[in-house]
Amino acid sequence: MTDSTRQLQQMARRRQAVHGWLLLSPALIMLSTFAFYPSVATVWTSLWSRGTRRNPSEFVGLENYQRLLDDPTFREVAWNNLLYAGVTIPVSIVLALVMALWANAKIPARGFVRTAYFTPTMLPMIAAANIWLFFYTPGFGVLDTIGGLFGAPSVNWLGQPETALWAICAVTIWKEAGFFMVFYLAALQTIPEDLREAAQIEGASRWTYLRRIVLPLLMPTTLFVLVNALINSVKLIDHLFILTKGGPSDSSKLILYYIWESAFAFFDAPSAAAMTVLVLIVLGVGAAVQFRMLDRRTHYR
Amino acid sequence: MSEPVFVRLDGVTRQWNGAGGVRDVSLEVPRGAFVAILGPSGCGKSTLLRLLAGLETPEAGRIEIDGREVTHLPPAQRGLSMVFQSYALFPHLNVRENILFGMKVRRVSRDAREAALARATKMTGLEGLERRKPAELSGGQRQRVALARAVVSGKPLCLMDEPLSNLDAKLRHSVRRDIKALQRQLGLTVIYVTHDQTEAMSLSDTIVLMRDGRTEQIGPPEALYHAPATPFVARFIGDPPMAVVDGAALGVAAHPVGIRIEAIERVPLNEADIEAEVVETEYLGARTQVLLHHPAAEGLALILPDRVPLPPGTRLGLRLPQEHRVRFAADPHRNHAPHPPLPGDRDGHVADPNPNTHPEDQA
Repeated sequence: MTDSTRQLQQMARRRQAVHGWLLLSPALIMLSTFAFYPSVATVWTSLWSRGTRRNPSEFVGLENYQRLLDDPTFREVAWNNLLYAGVTIPVSIVLALVMALWANAKIPARGFVRTAYFTPTMLPMIAAANIWLFFYTPGFGVLDTIGGLFGAPSVNWLGQPETALWAICAVTIWKEAGFFMVFYLAALQTIPEDLREAAQIEGASRWTYLRRIVLPLLMPTTLFVLVNALINSVKLIDHLFILTKGGPSDSSKLILYYIWESAFAFFDAPSAAAMTVLVLIVLGVGAAVQFRMLDRRTHYR
Repeated sequence: MSEPVFVRLDGVTRQWNGAGGVRDVSLEVPRGAFVAILGPSGCGKSTLLRLLAGLETPEAGRIEIDGREVTHLPPAQRGLSMVFQSYALFPHLNVRENILFGMKVRRVSRDAREAALARATKMTGLEGLERRKPAELSGGQRQRVALARAVVSGKPLCLMDEPLSNLDAKLRHSVRRDIKALQRQLGLTVIYVTHDQTEAMSLSDTIVLMRDGRTEQIGPPEALYHAPATPFVARFIGDPPMAVVDGAALGVAAHPVGIRIEAIERVPLNEADIEAEVVETEYLGARTQVLLHHPAAEGLALILPDRVPLPPGTRLGLRLPQEHRVRFAADPHRNHAPHPPLPGDRDGHVADPNPNTHPEDQA
């Protein structure tokens, strides 16, 4: 009889396994199709040469990466992206914090202020970029018109290499700060009023309270925002398509735009894949370092 | 009160759109006193404390602390510490940093800080917990940290806002004793807000009973217990509270008459002042508490020794000894500014401050 019980047991176990896989399958299929397969395919593609009709692609190992590092455009684009991240991340975070503190205080028309700050986030990036295109337009754009009132010469903000990247940064900061503000605002509202009063009775100034109590309690939010800002600094390029298309002479080109260009304008998929892998590595390391370093100094409730 | 006045409130008013808050409160607290501000929720007791702390600004009136007018001074310049109901500990700082926060802000030297910390942790029994975060402490320990923070501040006045309301009954007892001991040891003047009359009775030298933003009666606990000024006080103080009987039912004038139920005697029906019907009996071990019903009385009960089986509906004769009766004035106007009685408030009148009471209870 033991034989048949074992058989029964085996059947039951198998049925359970099938059940489990069925439950797993929707997520598994979605993730495999849209995340796992593309990642693996990207890595794989980056190791092969660009194939043409005459020269079929062949395995070249890390040659694509080597070529990238020798490519002056890639180096310029990478440097642009570093500058872009280095400016937009701190500025938008500090601005978000200041706006959140302001919008959290007892001010008149608080609801209006909050909505106003959040509006840029709700606009599609393409639409926002078009608005800014009008701001920046030389001659009759808003900036030039205002500048003209004070006798400043007309500036082609987007059209000259010295200012193009900074003009792009301004758009990003304008867009991101309102988004990050919402997180800070939510975090600020979880800090009980008691703490401020207790600090006040102890003789802490508003600045001391901010520095010693509020900022440390906002650290988890800052960490979250920082990681998001880092990812966005690589991810958010919609406005480039409208404003500069990476020009003039690559001065405002960012990595993702260059990847797109390589893949879909120059049809150099392996080089685009290699860049993608590099970006993923850098982002991964960056996020890991941030979590590691800041986690130790972060208080989670 | 022979001792010099330490805290003085004079006609302090703070309301929100003419409602709630505190209306025309005057109060004098001598140095080293333990004053409980007692009242039902929404009576303005917390507002009064916040006014004292400087977390609210009065619309009218004066506040003096230690002979100095502080009505419009910020909290830090009033020379006081405060223990919050929520403890208000800084969650990201450990016990030590929490306790020393104020001293660091005030740039006290390291040696002085260490000495104060050692003293405060010893007094509050927090030794060995200095490195813990508030989240790693029990409710009682958090409460002690809040107390320690008040202790190290070295301020002569300590305000406490329902500091025990988040603790369980057992802990409440022991922390209550600790607070009292601490107050004595340091000679602190404590102003303590609570809605729990037992807490107020057992801790304080003076009780300020508040109602609808006004002080209803101010006096030592025994005065409020034996000689309540109004039926409201009579029903608020004591567990069980005073029974209040309509004077007409006792054959005296139509004044409400209050009496402590432990003074009520059971007598044969023909000798009784009033007759009441048994509603329920509660056997409490050494005694039985009999809840009684009479159409003109409220909170009537009788305490009998041992276990006495009395079926509901039994009619009992009761004697309310003259010397234990507290007669409240039927006079409808109050002894302070006019204020309409709340709707549904059966006897919203205030007696003259000293109705017939025991001579030894006269404050």
